[in-house]
Amino acid sequence: MQYLSLRDIDWTLVIIVLIICAVGVVQIYSATLGTDTHSSWWKQMLYVLGGIFLMWVVLSVDYHTWLHHVPIMYILSVVALLGTAVVGEAAFGSTRWIPLPGGIHLQVSEFVKPVIILLVARYLTELKSDELEIREMLILLVLVLIPAGLVLKQPDLGTALTYFAVLVVGAFLGGLNWKYIAAVLVVAVLVLPVTWTFVLQDYQKQRWISFLDPELDPKGKGYQLIQSEIAIGSGGMLGKGVTQGTQAKLRFLPVPYKDFVFAAFAEEQGFVGVVFVLSLYFVMIMRIVQNAQTASERSGMYICMGVAALLLSHILINVGMVAGLMPVTGIPLPFMSAGGSSVWSNFLALGLVSNVRLRRFVN
Amino acid sequence: MILPPSDPNFEQRLTDKPPLRDDTRFAAGKIAVFQYTTVGIFLFLISGFWRLQVQNPQFYQGKAEQNRIKSVPLLAPRGRILDRDGRVIVDNHASYALDLLRENLNEDHLKPIAQGLDLDYDALLKQVHRYKKEPKYVPIRLKEELSPADLAFVASHRDFFPELDLIEAQRRLYPQDGMMAHVIGYTAQITDAQLDMPEFAKCLASDMVGQTGIEREYNDTLMGVNGQRQVVVNNRGIVQGSPLANKDYIAGKDLQLTIDLDLQAVAELSLEDKIGAVVALDPRSGEVLAMASRPTFDSNKFAAGIKSRDWKAIQDNPDHPLLNRAIQAQFAPGSTFKPIVALAALETGTITDQFSVHCAGSVTLYGHVYHCMRHTGHGTLQLHSAIVQSCDSYFYVLGDKLGIDNLSHYADMVGLGKVSGVDLPQEKAGLVPSREWATRFRHEKWYAGETPSVAVGQAALTVTPLQLARAIGGIAVGGIWHHPHLLQSLGQTERPFRADLDPDNLKTVIDGMYGVVNEGGTGGLARLANIEVCGKTGTAQLNSMDYAKAHAGDTSKDIRDNAWFVGFAPRVDPEIVVVALVEHGVHGANEAPIVRDVIKAYFDKKVRVQALKQQQTAIASKTSSLSTMGLPTGAPQAAPQVSPQAVPAGVDR
Repeated sequence: MQYLSLRDIDWTLVIIVLIICAVGVVQIYSATLGTDTHSSWWKQMLYVLGGIFLMWVVLSVDYHTWLHHVPIMYILSVVALLGTAVVGEAAFGSTRWIPLPGGIHLQVSEFVKPVIILLVARYLTELKSDELEIREMLILLVLVLIPAGLVLKQPDLGTALTYFAVLVVGAFLGGLNWKYIAAVLVVAVLVLPVTWTFVLQDYQKQRWISFLDPELDPKGKGYQLIQSEIAIGSGGMLGKGVTQGTQAKLRFLPVPYKDFVFAAFAEEQGFVGVVFVLSLYFVMIMRIVQNAQTASERSGMYICMGVAALLLSHILINVGMVAGLMPVTGIPLPFMSAGGSSVWSNFLALGLVSNVRLRRFVN
Repeated sequence: MILPPSDPNFEQRLTDKPPLRDDTRFAAGKIAVFQYTTVGIFLFLISGFWRLQVQNPQFYQGKAEQNRIKSVPLLAPRGRILDRDGRVIVDNHASYALDLLRENLNEDHLKPIAQGLDLDYDALLKQVHRYKKEPKYVPIRLKEELSPADLAFVASHRDFFPELDLIEAQRRLYPQDGMMAHVIGYTAQITDAQLDMPEFAKCLASDMVGQTGIEREYNDTLMGVNGQRQVVVNNRGIVQGSPLANKDYIAGKDLQLTIDLDLQAVAELSLEDKIGAVVALDPRSGEVLAMASRPTFDSNKFAAGIKSRDWKAIQDNPDHPLLNRAIQAQFAPGSTFKPIVALAALETGTITDQFSVHCAGSVTLYGHVYHCMRHTGHGTLQLHSAIVQSCDSYFYVLGDKLGIDNLSHYADMVGLGKVSGVDLPQEKAGLVPSREWATRFRHEKWYAGETPSVAVGQAALTVTPLQLARAIGGIAVGGIWHHPHLLQSLGQTERPFRADLDPDNLKTVIDGMYGVVNEGGTGGLARLANIEVCGKTGTAQLNSMDYAKAHAGDTSKDIRDNAWFVGFAPRVDPEIVVVALVEHGVHGANEAPIVRDVIKAYFDKKVRVQALKQQQTAIASKTSSLSTMGLPTGAPQAAPQVSPQAVPAGVDR
């Protein structure tokens, strides 16, 4: 048996994440003060506690066992996503949630993320090769495409993109030939117009258009972007102070406790606060990458890198969106945005990282 | 895909690759690439915040303030307009207008909004598209003068239509039925052209300004200074908390006019169903006591933004209702000009009052036959009878003897041919023909044969009713011509024009005008029992006889003569001069009753006021005598009395 000790949990990582969670709770409190969603802040605290519990559950079982159960988890995921499409409750224009008794709404696509990470890790490990052949790559692509396609259909472009981030990083580490990457790029360039015409839904096109020129549609999707930029910009260097953000409080900023929580934060804490929190996120990613480097074997490394890719893509898409650097895609900011599914999913992923670290020493 | 059985050490068992400890090293370089990418991504993200928060914070702070702080104008009420006794002519009333905020506009809402407010959807849509060029913050005025039903609709749909913005405004309340519409004028939103005028230098594009009449003349005085209130609003435009700042408006100043509403009412009523004007002046001061013009228009329709069909109706009316005929109608004065000619003839010594002419229905001068009004002729008459009978032949001869130079000099002296300077916009000057005028403007020399026509108030001579009232009023008060004015306070600074005239000559002319009314002359209908009314009729041809013949069968244009009457009273120390002009009134004698009624109203009121004053003095002296007797002057003390109810029924009282 491997030697296990609580001391070997990556406490730095956990503490950083808990600080981020704390900042998130304060920001949710501030942004919802005086609104009917004000209960979100203590709910979020419960979610975080639940997340810590889930993390403990994940790390207490050897990650090889989790890897072993990938097929059944994968099948369950696809079935659940299909189920979401059937019984899912429409909210905010997309079918992403499954209502459970007790008023809880599960966002299935969030819980599929750890499964995708494990799937990619196991698949690449079992190839036992430093080179990723095109046929193997395509099989993996199809395996990821099935759940990703279901999520895209919900429609939820942002979450689907994070699945691909895990796949892309995995394939890169697995030794995908640069020629294939080039080939994919060429195909992408050719496929893009077709995708634009036949695959992307109107609202998705609209988001791209309003990303490229927000002023075109100041009351629609562009409105969110403009208001977000105003919130961030008006925060200035030091911010307006907790609960003093007018953009969030007077509801010019859309959902300031969820997808746009970082804009609300930037308004109240300014550039200094932004750099502080982004530094925390940066250290968090780097710690995860370090865990990948110290993993005892490939599967552990792939898991850690998958988690790093997942969280990095979330941060890039969400923070890039609120700052007007990326198009508006509704995905939460890990550990900050209010919402149980997202928090739990991220703690599950974090549990996998700790799991790998805990078992990094080969006996 | 075939998956191996679950075993923590399956890799060790199944592979013959290098030891596990080294296994992850193959990816070291690629992990480094990932790390650098991560650094790049975070720098990229921070650069975005740098651009927004460090480089442009003021810009975005301004935008955030614009978002949340809304300036609500506090509209200053315009000053009221009062008559000489302080009675309110023009007042304000609170009303609501509705704006469509284009910053919040959702075009899908237009249809239900149009339905709810009973607006034409297509017209609204067109209006919205027309505004596309304007900046977003310029609202569209949807409706003025909201009805209670409209207000209820707006209040109940506030959450659904955040683009609706209710504006509280003070609206003008003008007299009904177009009374005094021309004198008062109306207000409307300032036009683009007016914004460039120095007159409106202080105004903003959204201001309501006077467009005509007193409203325009004294716009600066009447207009106040708008205040402003700054409030915090949320994204639906709903006000949060108490105002940030409050700057109160400064109300416009009230104006007191010289108009007497009692006389005005009589003047207005006397013109019912006629086209014309009535002007009443106090010749001693130039105060305009009444000024009416017909046809008229409803200023209230302008106050709330005139509807296009109402505007079209006014524009298409061939009688030009917007024209203030009292100062803008320029017509030949006809025989009302004769007192001025008579005065000129006497003053220049051309004749004495004994000068006589034989009228045989016409006179022949320069080989041309000049017809008198009475075709059967007046026989031989002297000046007094010539005025009383309004004999044209006499004045043809007189005019010829005087010559155009004297005629135009005296016409100029009494204020004809130039604006009187009354405090109303766009007063017309009329025209006094002269040699200079003929050569300069007509490019043809003056012919002596034209002069006789001028002497009977025809030919090129034109006057406005106000000019005529001023001219005759000046003669009536002994050669002092005051400047007509409507604003009471102007009386203090007004400087009249005085001419040095022989009182005997003035008396001759005034006596002639007294004869017109009281000695069987043409103005007999203007006679009043206790007041010595003097006057003069005038019947002015619109066109030459040739024109009349040429258009004989044509009824589309009314070519019947204009009727004038000018009267003043009393004969000695006159207090009021009144001019009535009725277009196509056929004969001045027909309109004498208008002048009579106004003069009567003036003196009736004077008697009433005096009686009231006597009564008040009587009461005052009574109360003072009571107080000297030591009795209470206030309410009678509650002395024990038998109330009527206490008396048993059936008791004979």
